[in-house]
Amino acid sequence: MFKKILLATDGSEHSSRAIDQVLKMVAPYKDHVTLDLIYVVNGTSSKDDVLQYGDLHTAKMKRKEKFSDTLSYVEDKGVQTDLIILHGEPAPEITEYANKQAYDCVVIGSRGRNKFQTLVLGSVSHKIVKYVQVPVIVVK
Amino acid sequence: MTVATIKKEWFTNVKGDVLSGIVVALALIPEAIAFSIIAGVDPMVGLYASFSIAVVIAFVGGRPGMISGATGAMALVMITLVADYGLQYLLATTILTGLLQILFGLFRLARFMKFIPRSVMIGFVNALGILIFTSQLEHFHNESFMIYVLVGLTLAIIYLFPFISETIPSTLIAIVVVSILAITMNIDVRNVGDMGELTRSLPIFALPDIPLNLETLRIIFPYAIALTIVGLLESLLTASIVDDMTDTDSDKNKESRGQGIANVVTGFFGGMAGCAMIGQSVINVKSGGLTRLSPLVAGVVLMFLIIVLGDIVVEIPMAALAGVMIMVAIGTFDWHSITSIHKVPITDAVIMIITVLTVVITHNLAYGVLTGVLLSMIVFAVKISRVRVLGQYMDEGTRKIYYVQGQLFFASVTEFLEGIDFDDDLEEVIIDLNESHLWDDSAIGALDHIESKFKEKGTPVKYIGLNGQSKRLLQRLGGSTKNSGH
Repeated sequence: MFKKILLATDGSEHSSRAIDQVLKMVAPYKDHVTLDLIYVVNGTSSKDDVLQYGDLHTAKMKRKEKFSDTLSYVEDKGVQTDLIILHGEPAPEITEYANKQAYDCVVIGSRGRNKFQTLVLGSVSHKIVKYVQVPVIVVK
Repeated sequence: MTVATIKKEWFTNVKGDVLSGIVVALALIPEAIAFSIIAGVDPMVGLYASFSIAVVIAFVGGRPGMISGATGAMALVMITLVADYGLQYLLATTILTGLLQILFGLFRLARFMKFIPRSVMIGFVNALGILIFTSQLEHFHNESFMIYVLVGLTLAIIYLFPFISETIPSTLIAIVVVSILAITMNIDVRNVGDMGELTRSLPIFALPDIPLNLETLRIIFPYAIALTIVGLLESLLTASIVDDMTDTDSDKNKESRGQGIANVVTGFFGGMAGCAMIGQSVINVKSGGLTRLSPLVAGVVLMFLIIVLGDIVVEIPMAALAGVMIMVAIGTFDWHSITSIHKVPITDAVIMIITVLTVVITHNLAYGVLTGVLLSMIVFAVKISRVRVLGQYMDEGTRKIYYVQGQLFFASVTEFLEGIDFDDDLEEVIIDLNESHLWDDSAIGALDHIESKFKEKGTPVKYIGLNGQSKRLLQRLGGSTKNSGH
């Protein structure tokens, strides 16, 4: 039974599908579950966000705002939740955080890439599956 | 500065900083050469600048982990100065730019940067991307079709090599591969050596060789102003991006001052004015650079490599550099602003596009920024000068109340007065200013005007809902503008 779950999100539809899947999975024992969302800001989105919002404080607030609906959605389903925002490359940052914080399980949405794209690009989910030390669920 | 802060700002991340410094040095060399060529000076001028700015900023900058050097934005501003007056005037302009930037920092003006609208900033980077791209087109003139092959190959390596390894900068691999190909296969294309001299020596201190008179100042001052604006704009934007990437704050006034000191020193050592570099700073942080040590290492390694490898560097084909610059242009352009252009307010989109167009037409980034800022101010004044006045009769038409919504100031009083009906025959007029604010004597004048107009008919006017600041303004100015003929 996974009680402390970390869900990697990029705010996309793939991640909201993953959230629904987790909520379905933990529904029978939801009172004992914490579902933390983790979002990693990489260099490119740093540049985009600062250009759009001005400075790091506004960018920070806007990012929190972006996920506030999702957080209340999860809370409304009766599951405890929190948002963790880190900076750097997504795969290593998520891996390091998950391993340090003793989560029971890491969940990640997989993007609909075709075979060629996966071969050439690799993927964040692939790296996480490889290096996170606890069970990883990749939601298709 | 205590020993503890010195340790914190320099030696907390030695391994990461040294490695990222080397990576950045390798990525800086082609850019410094290419930007010199854009500006129309020998490659050494850009290389000296990148060395000297990186090293000086390491000590006096306000944003540890940020990389500064010769940049495209600055090079683009210098083109006509170099073409008309030559290198010595450029060096003098560089020193003057530095002095102006130091003043900017000393007077703590960085806080005013936030008044530059986002749409102008986005227009700035987009225009910069476009100009860097178009400045490369000349390298295709009078060349065989081989240049297209080489540029294409350079770009292919730059974008595909990261899938093999992300540790070595792919631009370096591209340049090495394309140079080896061009040299061994004896492909006849222009190289760096054809574009100007590259000496294998350290920069030396020298005063710019110019007449010290008003005529000189008249020539260099406009350029120095433009360089000051462009340099600080890009530097403080980059600092904010590095702030966000590292989730730490930085001292923007110290950074402005630091950029100034770096430019003064650089001018005396034969380098062109520079500023912070977005792309290089992102590379630095991504490669693990965090403290003041990484720009220092970057600058020193760059100079070392030029002295050791100068003879090889001149053999680099321009095709490879053009490829790198096209990558820089693509990376500089804010693509997000195009994909989301339908989501932003139309005025923002128009201001962004006009900023870009102004730069592309005038070839001066500073003009684009000024136009954009001015336009934003007008748009803001128009938006805010919308006043809505709603009149309602009370007590069977004997009294009338006007609800005023909006800011009352010089640009909005006409619209405000148009909303008042002076032909009414009433016992009392009430003006509800709960949702309004009085800003200047034009606003007070308008109220006086209403009062005197109704007085002619013997109708008293009452104001309700004045907020504190508006009330104080009314008390202070109310008497003086009365009967002033508004």
